[in-house]
Amino acid sequence: MMHLTRHRLAVDDLLAEVQSPERGGTCVFLGTVRTDDDVRAIDYSAYEAMALEEAERILGEALARWPEARVMLQHRLGVIPAGEASIAIAAAAPHRDQAFTACRYVIEEAKKRLPIWKKEMHADGTATWVDPSGKQIAGEFRDR
Amino acid sequence: MGKISVRFFARYAELAGCESSAVNVPTPATVADVIAKVRDVFPGTQAIPARPLAALNRRQVKLDAPVTEGDEVALLPPLSGG
Repeated sequence: MMHLTRHRLAVDDLLAEVQSPERGGTCVFLGTVRTDDDVRAIDYSAYEAMALEEAERILGEALARWPEARVMLQHRLGVIPAGEASIAIAAAAPHRDQAFTACRYVIEEAKKRLPIWKKEMHADGTATWVDPSGKQIAGEFRDR
Repeated sequence: MGKISVRFFARYAELAGCESSAVNVPTPATVADVIAKVRDVFPGTQAIPARPLAALNRRQVKLDAPVTEGDEVALLPPLSGG
């Protein structure tokens, strides 16, 4: 399942939920707020009810594809300073191939499908909504 | 007429001036009809693209999806989680 939190991500908690003696390979992915373009922090907001349901669908797909793997996901919301993690995924499986593959699947689908949005907060006090499509849709969007 | 809940997020909430509301549309209706009504009621949302991402009852749908009384339609800016 996915956890949404407004606190620092707790990787140890994720690991405790996926690891077991039968699963010999575990990998963790962390997505961290970058400092490029003078970004000091990113304010994350979400359609929380839909994000939780969509994450369950993604994790269900991962379980169907890799039945022996266990994958868990945390996403932090609110203002996250540069250098701190916004998303954490832990995947454990009997062997490392499945762990890496399942983890990669979940992060790629999460980025495409979770209804979560970023507003970059710059050193000069301005803020910019992030549009990963790179299109100018409304206001000043930048490619990401 | 059917009463449809509408939700706005991120940039679109700023354009609408609110995060949630409701509109009445003549039924049968589609998500596109709800969006057209939203553009009338919340003039700021006219800056939203003609075919935005939309969710119906917390699941992403195409704009021709039918809506019924009590449904929740959400207008979603380009997703940027992670």
